[in-house]
Amino acid sequence: MSTAAQQPILETRGLGVDFGGLKALDGLDLAVYPGEIVSVIGPNGAGKTTLFNAITATVAASEGDIRFEGESLIGLDPNRVTSRGIARTFQNVRLFANMTVLENVMVSQHCRTRQSVFGALLFTKAFRDEEAEITERGKEVLSFFGHRLVGYRFDQPAYTLSYANRRRLEIARAMATQPKLILLDEPVAGMNPTESAELTGLIGRLRDEWGFAIVVIEHDMEVVREVSDRVVVLDHGVKIAEGDYADVAVDPQVIEAYLGHGATA
Amino acid sequence: MSLTTPSEPGPPPAPEPAPSAGGAANGLSNDAPPRPPFAQDWRRIARMGAIGAIGQIFISLSNMPVKLDGRAIIEGVLSLGYLSLVVLPLAAGSRVGHQLRREGVPFHRPGAHEVIGGAACGALVGGGLSLLAVLIANFDLREPLVNWSPILAELLAFNRGTAFAVIIWLAIGAAVGAAGGLLRVVPSLARRVLWTMVLTLFGSAVLESLTTDLAEGMGIEGLVDWFYAPRGGLTITGAIALAAGSGVLAFVARGRIKGAKARIDALEGPARNRAHLGLILATAAVLVILPMFAGKLTNELLANVGLFVLLALGLNIVVGLAGILDLGYVAFFAVGSYSAAVLTAATSPKIHPELPWFVALIGVVLLTGLVGLFIGAPVIRMRGDYLAIVTLGFGEIIRLLFLSDWLSGWFGGSQGITNIPGAEIFGLAEVAGTDPRSVFYLVLAFCAIAIYVSWRLERSRIGRAWMAVREDETVAEAMGINTVNVKLLAFVVGAVLGSFSGAIFSAKVGSVFPASFLILVSIVILVVVIFGGMGNIVGVIAGSAVLIGVLGGPKQPGLLAEFSEFKLLIYGALLVWMMLARPEGLIPSVRRTRELHQEELAQDAWLRGQTEDDNGEDQS
Repeated sequence: MSTAAQQPILETRGLGVDFGGLKALDGLDLAVYPGEIVSVIGPNGAGKTTLFNAITATVAASEGDIRFEGESLIGLDPNRVTSRGIARTFQNVRLFANMTVLENVMVSQHCRTRQSVFGALLFTKAFRDEEAEITERGKEVLSFFGHRLVGYRFDQPAYTLSYANRRRLEIARAMATQPKLILLDEPVAGMNPTESAELTGLIGRLRDEWGFAIVVIEHDMEVVREVSDRVVVLDHGVKIAEGDYADVAVDPQVIEAYLGHGATA
Repeated sequence: MSLTTPSEPGPPPAPEPAPSAGGAANGLSNDAPPRPPFAQDWRRIARMGAIGAIGQIFISLSNMPVKLDGRAIIEGVLSLGYLSLVVLPLAAGSRVGHQLRREGVPFHRPGAHEVIGGAACGALVGGGLSLLAVLIANFDLREPLVNWSPILAELLAFNRGTAFAVIIWLAIGAAVGAAGGLLRVVPSLARRVLWTMVLTLFGSAVLESLTTDLAEGMGIEGLVDWFYAPRGGLTITGAIALAAGSGVLAFVARGRIKGAKARIDALEGPARNRAHLGLILATAAVLVILPMFAGKLTNELLANVGLFVLLALGLNIVVGLAGILDLGYVAFFAVGSYSAAVLTAATSPKIHPELPWFVALIGVVLLTGLVGLFIGAPVIRMRGDYLAIVTLGFGEIIRLLFLSDWLSGWFGGSQGITNIPGAEIFGLAEVAGTDPRSVFYLVLAFCAIAIYVSWRLERSRIGRAWMAVREDETVAEAMGINTVNVKLLAFVVGAVLGSFSGAIFSAKVGSVFPASFLILVSIVILVVVIFGGMGNIVGVIAGSAVLIGVLGGPKQPGLLAEFSEFKLLIYGALLVWMMLARPEGLIPSVRRTRELHQEELAQDAWLRGQTEDDNGEDQS
């Protein structure tokens, strides 16, 4: 692999997550390199979302280490992880539904901004500049999705958006935190084929134009094949295969995990 | 039952022919001919009648009619006591005629059906009182039910005996219920004119002491004497004049007010800001000029309302913006009052620096902010119900600490701190309880500060973070918001705003006791916020004016001093009614309305989006 010489941006070593005896993740080693798109696949309950939760500190890792740009994330609060440069989306879209589209992307720049109560009360120049700046960046991020989230939609509450647009806004919100690594949890779930094809293209552009490294959980194999540089397969919290799509797709262990014992015979 | 009303479960209505455009009033439903007068949904009428009757009996046995009978609305014709007995039949009579306007459900033009249904239901509700009259005459109800007084029987019977009471209340109920039904039948313009007249009469009777006070200040007592009877209540001629005047005004102004509001809402950018600024300045001017003409009573009332506006604005930041349900908000009011007392009063037991009020205020803000931090730090790590319970506990703990023997060396225990000097304002004026006008101006100034703070913060990075935490705390944290800090900040800002109110309170009243900071105060402030409209500054002010100004605060009398005994009962009833009829509050915030009616709005938006997406997105 050409990226092997580089230092990984994200690395887990022997990562384990324990839910009262149930090992959701068990000794997972994973490395993501800058500018890489890694897909994580596996049957339901394989521990994919738990992996995301552990990386973003939403659940605590019970063993092993998570290193981001060479520094450990263990013991940090979720908001600290985000300000280090990791952003995520959620499997079941979780927007700030009653805030407007623009406010959604403005509020997620919180950890990149400094102004406090006094700036707001005195309406200082620094405060106004910062407001203008985050509004600007918010609009820039939203315009990444074409005409769908711009114009009159800036001031619409997020819940009025269609399902596909909500998913897009979630990605925009993650982009607005100015991350280096984005974790996408089933970004095309529930979308129709046209929409998911379009979003697949966008994931590629996220890497090419914005320079993010991306880890994506996805069930849609079409999308996985299209976007991934590398595929990691989890089953029962254990990595059972890793490699490019073509190799993984014919791996007997993977087929068995998906289709059950005897399917390879 | 020959007819099924829409709210009754029943067979689905027969499919209607496709609705023709412009066929119905709002384009949603089809008009159907009026229902036959006697084909009523008797079961529904019986159910509502029974509920109303129980309500009537409850009101009577709580002794409300007797207590309120002393307050006349129109001299010799109607007292507040009798009014409390006709509200339910009217509401029930009107409610029975209610039809849902829904697509595909036929909407029957209202007619005799509604009037007769209303009359029947009203008679049942009134019949509750007939039943009560019979029970009072034949059994000794005083034993288990101690609240009502024997005068009730006379009041119900108009001093004419039980048989008369039985008949008259059935008749009154039927008449009032029919009137309620009739409200459904008359055109909306007539309804609006009628309501304006009724509300004007009721309003001017309620505001009697206020208007008299104001008129005296302006030197037009003669006019007031013509409207109001010497022993309270409107005179008959005055009532007729007021009703006629307001009726004509409502007829002339029809649609204009709404139109003006729509025009202001339709304005954009600077023009809209200018219109809003004009409104704010006009309101401010009225509030500055009005007290000059008003006497002590009005100013006292305004000052009380202002104190609660200040408290409610503080709580609004905590509950309305950050979504932290704080049931112990009185703690900050108490800490503000006590620290102001200790810092200014010479009689303070332990330390008495006797600082001037404005200097002491700095200490008050710092101390209350610190207490906010101390209470907030453990509390905000909890969520939802747990958090509410814990804040409730802390509210009580603070009060008990002030009451305790342990700290009585500092705060005087149950004796409190007395002889607190008024607030000296840079040598210009002395603000003390003896001069309610100066208190009101001081309160007004701090309300202006609180409004500015709320308004600026809501539109800032901090305010957005608060809203994000309210919406979804987990996601807010994953989006890089330090939820602990942000929530703590909300707690402290709320505490500081509450402490302003406390500091003014101690200077106004001149003494502080632990008994002034009961849990009831927290509840009342919360009710003010919810009733007025959570998350909306104007709503909070309106809620405080209505609840504190008219009904009265926990210890402060309102305009309807007769209500003081039933204040909590009425608070509760109002709150329940509000949650059912208008959960977003009196004057809601746009956001909160959206939140509560999300489904309907989302549906509309989705429908719009569908057509839009069909036209736009597939081509790209």
